Amino acid sequence: MNNTNMIEAAALSKRYGETQALDGVDLEVPAGSILGVLGPNGAGKTTGVRILTTLTTPDSGWARVAGHNVVTEAAAVRRKIGVTGQDTTLDDALSGRQNLVMIGQLSRLRRAEARRRAAELLELFELDAAADRVVKGYSGGMRRRLDLAASLLMRPPVLFLDEPTTGLDPTSRQRMWGLIRGLVADGVTLWLTTQYLDEADSLADRIAVIDHGRVIAQGTPRELKAATGSQLLEVTLVASHAGAAAALADLATGPVKVTDEGRRLRAPVRSDSGLATAALRALDRAGALVDDIAVHRPSLDDVFATLTGTSTVLPDDLVAEGAPA
Amino acid sequence: MSVSTTHPAGVAQPRPFDGLLSWLGDVWVMTRRNLIHIRREPMQLSDVTIQPVLFTLLFIYVFGSAMVLAGGGSYKEFALAGLLTMNLTTSTVGTAIGLSMDLSTGVINRLRTLPMSPTSILVGRTVSDLVAAALCSTIVAATGLAVGWRPTTGLAEVLAGFGVALLFSYALTWVNACLGMAVSGPESAQGIVFIVIFPLAFVSNVFVPTQGMPSWLATIANWNPVSAVASACRTLFGNPNPSSVIHAWPMQHPVAAAVGWSVLILLVCVPLAGRLYQRRTRD
Repeated sequence: MNNTNMIEAAALSKRYGETQALDGVDLEVPAGSILGVLGPNGAGKTTGVRILTTLTTPDSGWARVAGHNVVTEAAAVRRKIGVTGQDTTLDDALSGRQNLVMIGQLSRLRRAEARRRAAELLELFELDAAADRVVKGYSGGMRRRLDLAASLLMRPPVLFLDEPTTGLDPTSRQRMWGLIRGLVADGVTLWLTTQYLDEADSLADRIAVIDHGRVIAQGTPRELKAATGSQLLEVTLVASHAGAAAALADLATGPVKVTDEGRRLRAPVRSDSGLATAALRALDRAGALVDDIAVHRPSLDDVFATLTGTSTVLPDDLVAEGAPA
Repeated sequence: MSVSTTHPAGVAQPRPFDGLLSWLGDVWVMTRRNLIHIRREPMQLSDVTIQPVLFTLLFIYVFGSAMVLAGGGSYKEFALAGLLTMNLTTSTVGTAIGLSMDLSTGVINRLRTLPMSPTSILVGRTVSDLVAAALCSTIVAATGLAVGWRPTTGLAEVLAGFGVALLFSYALTWVNACLGMAVSGPESAQGIVFIVIFPLAFVSNVFVPTQGMPSWLATIANWNPVSAVASACRTLFGNPNPSSVIHAWPMQHPVAAAVGWSVLILLVCVPLAGRLYQRRTRD
């Protein structure tokens, strides 16, 4: 194997009844880096995590974590990973400290070491005040932090976080991000699934966008933005005009969409300088009267929406390089 | 590349007995965790504390007041072994409920990503329920002694009686473990009490001698493992045992029958529980 990759997946496929949850996923995560796995609900993100963390087996393909095959060497993989799932995996009837000590002992730490490490993590995650309260009474943010702490007891070199901030308020999210950044500074390799592009953008070294069980794009956040980063021209006419769409076609990088009974036109365009002037001139030559003209830079969410095909704003053929053959 | 050919067979297989000590450690951690649950959840705790006291008093004073035993002897003396057996039978439902509760939350998923021994999840569950059953037995015995039940044999026999009852209770926790994994969730597990455990506990000689039952029902009751356990306890405690004159084999050899049933149940249910656990947690 390639020693610099802590996580490798090749042609991973998994089917649940009628649903092809994963459909030939190839991904690699170099040691000490963060891969953000981005996709809408049901894209296959959680199935990927479940396979890589030995909770389920792939129908075909293979994966290695920290050099160990996740199917045939599951026990060895479990000694190297920490996992924080989407659903909290804490024991509601135990206190925060009892949860951590239990998981520490089951992770093969001695009891004294488990207690010491639990105290350390409770303090680091600002849970020491609530440490001896039953988890049932914890807030959502506290649960997530305790769940993350539970993944770190034996200092695993590889960490899987499955939507660690879904459902959290902005303050709790910022706090989680701070904790996650701290982990990576310690050299942990991280597989982070998220529905939030800003989360992937802010934390990940590389992003893989998956949809319908396939990787439809991957690269650094900057590369991804560049790949889909054409701008959007939006024109409102005084009245519908037959030649307007044709006039904009030369400037557009994709089909021009016409709505509002011909009054509103939208088209993806390259970010050339003087674009608005060029558009106005073209429309003027065609004899169309313009009420309003605007050039939008696509938001990160637009990029995401475009890639996963859920966009109604940008045409479907605007897909990043690296899309499936 | 297919999964199975990625590595030569056998290379990565975990060694058998990869530390018996660490397995015992895992079982102990899981047992303690479950005992904390029992302590913190009033419903579960009352099953092994208040319920035995209540049932013992109810049966001895309400039923006992109108009951005349065939073959003589006091109903109080007769009833205690029955109450012990019944309480230890019905309390095993806690295993089904606890296990299905764990399976319905994310706790098991967390445990499955840890380098712990997976079997300790099931074993820890049954061991903690055995501890609860021992507590339950003590409370039944104390209540019995308080209202005038007296064993007439030696200490060794009395302890053997409790041992037989607890062995049977332990075997039943594995039946409940299987049922708990076969049903969809904790609510369905509750239903097991009525469908499986109550008939098992009541179609027996725990409260009334089987002689008065219709003959087909008496046959079922005489072969019910619960009757064998109650009869074994009565024999070992030296209490009245009207079933001793019945010609069914288990009633003639109640201790052997009680132990035999328990071992048979364990032989079937322990491997079955392992299989069900694997199937339940595969995806």
